[in-house]
Amino acid sequence: MSYKGKAWKFGKNIDTDAIIPARYLNTSDPGELGKHCMEDADPQFVEKMSTGDIIVGGDNFGCGSSREHAPIAIKAAGISSVIAASFARIFYRNAINIGLPIFESAEAAKAIEEGDEIEIEPSKGIIRNLTKGETYNASPFPEFMQSIMSAGGLISYVKEQVEQRRN
Amino acid sequence: MGMTITEKILAAHVGRDRVRPGDIINAKVDVVLGNDVTAPVAIKEFEKLGAEGVFDKERIVLVPDHFTPNKDIKAAEQSKIVREFARKYGIVNYFEVGRMGIEHCLLPEAGLVLPGDLIIGADSHTCTYGAVGAFATGVGSTDMAAAMALGEAWFKVPETIKFIYKGKLNPWVTGKDLILYTIGDIGVSGALYKSMEFTGDVIKNLSMDARFTMANMAIEAGGKNGIFEPDEVCLEYVNRRAQRGFAIYSSDKNADYAQVIEYDVSNIEPQVAFPHLPENTRPISDVGEVKIDQAVIGSCTNGRIEDLRVAAEVLKGKTIHKNVRLIILPGTQEILLQAIREGLVEIFIRAGAAVSTPTCGPCLGGHMGILANGERAISTTNRNFVGRMGHPGSEVYLANPAVAAASAVRGRICSPEEVM
Ligand code: SF4
Repeated sequence: MSYKGKAWKFGKNIDTDAIIPARYLNTSDPGELGKHCMEDADPQFVEKMSTGDIIVGGDNFGCGSSREHAPIAIKAAGISSVIAASFARIFYRNAINIGLPIFESAEAAKAIEEGDEIEIEPSKGIIRNLTKGETYNASPFPEFMQSIMSAGGLISYVKEQVEQRRN
Repeated sequence: MGMTITEKILAAHVGRDRVRPGDIINAKVDVVLGNDVTAPVAIKEFEKLGAEGVFDKERIVLVPDHFTPNKDIKAAEQSKIVREFARKYGIVNYFEVGRMGIEHCLLPEAGLVLPGDLIIGADSHTCTYGAVGAFATGVGSTDMAAAMALGEAWFKVPETIKFIYKGKLNPWVTGKDLILYTIGDIGVSGALYKSMEFTGDVIKNLSMDARFTMANMAIEAGGKNGIFEPDEVCLEYVNRRAQRGFAIYSSDKNADYAQVIEYDVSNIEPQVAFPHLPENTRPISDVGEVKIDQAVIGSCTNGRIEDLRVAAEVLKGKTIHKNVRLIILPGTQEILLQAIREGLVEIFIRAGAAVSTPTCGPCLGGHMGILANGERAISTTNRNFVGRMGHPGSEVYLANPAVAAASAVRGRICSPEEVM
């Protein structure tokens, strides 16, 4: 399993209001949210991108609100994964909990340019820049987070717990 | 090696003697919070779990406050999901319009969050409750769903940065200015993944309202939580409200800190954070000529009674500038009532302000005072991101209530001293 797509670059401190503006939060429908993904950072983003593409951000990606609508909007728009130098902590846990693949790599965030073809091997944490012929490493996730992700997100993980408690 | 207050609270909630920064733990939670934006997503996830009920009907708090009283049909449907869930599962602490307030003003006031608690909320400003000596942090809706079912949540134990505030406060300098100054110093990711512990002589003399303001904005430095050790001021506040027992923790003298940062507050003036990040702070004397179209006083940061009193002190007998709309949003019904009793609301209305029922409203660009393209606002809220209060081409400047009130009178950002 790998993710492959074109890179879309954003700067540092991309906040959740830029990812999904609050004016759209009167709904929680993923399809609706996906239509406005990254709108206040780049109003044409959803028209320009293709399914499978990858967002590349700088430091503190996803800062601000706790709204899970942010990773949901990114996922629903068809973005396959997000690479950033670092993630804001609530965005980080939300992405893991809903199963949006994210990769922390300052090296990749710096070197990748807009439009580069990127391929990610999540199990090894390897990011390949096919355009530039470079390879970068992403920090591995702690074991507990890996188990959430391999269960298919927090809900599937908790579902197993709920069933166990019943028995 | 000793432990910090944050480590002690986390350890107590996993039934261990100690935890260390970096440990991943599954901890019991005392309170789980959600609002009309985040709870509907959590409820949808909760229903997928197949749980027979919630972990504790009294420990889940639901506060529709963002788009309420419902601003449109979609918002009404979101609120309805929350209301019906509350009825179905017998949630005791569901706060309907008319009995509500902005969640982070309401929960401490209602005595629902207490010292030593571990609180999670599907709202980033849940960190506000650190003011009562609790570990409180914002999470997402899926975390909220899981916690409603299990009464547990996973955490990575954070490292702590200790902030020490010393010296004598200058006139018109409040908790808001201390936290804006701090964020200006360390930056919006300066405390990323970390706990912020606020200490020092200045803190001992701060009111609870000022402490709530400071803890509220820990997330604006990327912090996981902001926390104050409970002292007499805190106990005086919680003892009047608590309906259950609580535990008091404090940091050991030999606790291990990632960093210790000391400020002499006599160097701190009232602060203004320029667009579009809370770290873009400047002292009021360096602001220059910034005309405004709107001023907002309220929110979970500065919508408490002390904030309204300061605003009224500045506005008393004055008229708001003809080009400015001043919108005042008391944090809860109780605060609004108190403001009416003290005659503050009359001062506001005579000055030409709009006084609203408690709601988040314009703080997140929801309703009740949205900005048009090119418009500029001074606001006592906590975020000035692009488009936060309306059109992506509008601007928000963050400040304390006295500065916001004075600026509304002058029509440009200014020090309260100019109008007093
Ligand atoms: S007042 Fe603003 S920051 Fe506070 S909870 Fe409401 S929207 Fe969030």
